[in-house]
Amino acid sequence: MAELWEGYLWPGIIIVAQIVAIVLPLLVAVAYLTLMERKIIGAMQMRRGPNVVGPWGLLQPLADGVKLFMKETVIPTGASRAVFLMAPMVTFFLALIAWAVIPVNEGWVLSDINVGVMYLFAISSLGVYGIIMAGWASNSRYAFLGAMRSAAQMVSYEVAMGLIIISVLLTVGSLNLSDIVHAQQKSVWFLVIHFPMAIMFFISTLAETNRHPFDLPEAEAELVSGYNVEYSAMTFALFFLGEYANMILMSGITTILFLGGWLPPIDIAPLNWIPGPLWFIIKVVALLFVFVWARAAFPRYRYDQLMRLGWKVFLPASLGWVVLTAAVLQFTGWSPWN
Amino acid sequence: MIIAGLAFYLFAIIAVAAAVMVITARNPVHSVLWLILVFFNAAGLFLLLQAEFLAMTLVVVYVGAVAVLFLFVVMMLDLNTQVLREGLAEYVPLGAVIGLILLVEIATVGGSWLLSPEMEQVRGAVARTDITNTQALGNLIYTDYVYLFQAAGLVLLVAMIGSIMLTHRVRPGVKKQKVAEQLARGRTVEVKKVPTRGGI
Repeated sequence: MAELWEGYLWPGIIIVAQIVAIVLPLLVAVAYLTLMERKIIGAMQMRRGPNVVGPWGLLQPLADGVKLFMKETVIPTGASRAVFLMAPMVTFFLALIAWAVIPVNEGWVLSDINVGVMYLFAISSLGVYGIIMAGWASNSRYAFLGAMRSAAQMVSYEVAMGLIIISVLLTVGSLNLSDIVHAQQKSVWFLVIHFPMAIMFFISTLAETNRHPFDLPEAEAELVSGYNVEYSAMTFALFFLGEYANMILMSGITTILFLGGWLPPIDIAPLNWIPGPLWFIIKVVALLFVFVWARAAFPRYRYDQLMRLGWKVFLPASLGWVVLTAAVLQFTGWSPWN
Repeated sequence: MIIAGLAFYLFAIIAVAAAVMVITARNPVHSVLWLILVFFNAAGLFLLLQAEFLAMTLVVVYVGAVAVLFLFVVMMLDLNTQVLREGLAEYVPLGAVIGLILLVEIATVGGSWLLSPEMEQVRGAVARTDITNTQALGNLIYTDYVYLFQAAGLVLLVAMIGSIMLTHRVRPGVKKQKVAEQLARGRTVEVKKVPTRGGI
């Protein structure tokens, strides 16, 4: 009995508590990210943004949540029911499970696995399923077109993202996310070493999360709202939450790969008083601000331009950078294996 | 240890059941979705063997890329399963005979399978714990089998060039955006008076 408790039950309870400690702040962050987006865009367009519900509109996300919760879930005639209901769950589920390997401080990670980067890459390459399943199961032309666009777009930009990650991994010599941050502790942030790639990675994450200026899957003007047009109430809310959780996730990945994770910019007195998790949050919020900024500032790309950028600009450039990184590491002897 | 054993049976049973669903599902899209479930459970089995790199690669390559393309194609096809099932009765005997022959062949090969004593030793040896299996795999591929690896890459390159050649043909009358030309144009924008219904 004691063995059962020590061996299985107690670790199980600890793991569940850790999961709750990750997921709850994440969901609150997602809710307030929507408010942050509306407030920032409001400010950029010289409006006030939501300011009625609660002080400065701070309770707006709760009101939105309650509204979506009370609405009726409509399943269209001719929809493939099981797939239709599974699609938003898949999207939301994938946006959450990726956080299992994200380290927010020295050792603050649910599962410190050796192949953390591969895990994140696998999860982000699955994100396309929620969308493509939704588009197909809705039995609607608009939804289907949106899903097709989205699938092609996400698959295209994953290639460039993978190659950029490879050049980071070459400089680190490990697939473990904490090791990536430690490597930046020893040298400088990879933003400096891999400067053009960091920008390209961020642009790819915009495309990967279907955000402006690459939000073609839900181009309102042509496709009404794209893959999620047939969804209502909580099924829609799950898509919405999934999309925003993905934005936070992608910002987190960018922070770990290029902005030094929980590390302060330089290790001197006033900066290293701020605890690590706070640095992580500051960096993620700064990146999220750029996400919103891009939405307010740029017009939408045309679809062929999007594909051209992905395949003819990002892919060759990132491939060339992988070769360059490998060559520099080999000939200068800076390779992590020497 | 108990949990690992239970997990093995869970993954194995779901994988086999989903594989059966792949071939029995009426809707081809559902078949592909079941196939994805099979891939996932295979990845789970790899994880239990402590081959986490292979597990992740399986998910990235098969689920993230190959199955997406399958799904793409299957969704675009306007398949009518009713038509496909016509003439099923004619083909059943032939299919059954071929299946039986294959089964007998597999049984004969599998039955006479013997491991050489050296292999038995390798199998029984404890895996190196000082390096991760990603590193071990890398060492194996890039040192011991580097020529075979390069040869495999060349085969893929040929396949890629072949598929590009098959699909990329010059068609007259297609208007393409030439970005380099546009950017190199400089200050030559001019205003033209276009005659009605004439065009430029």
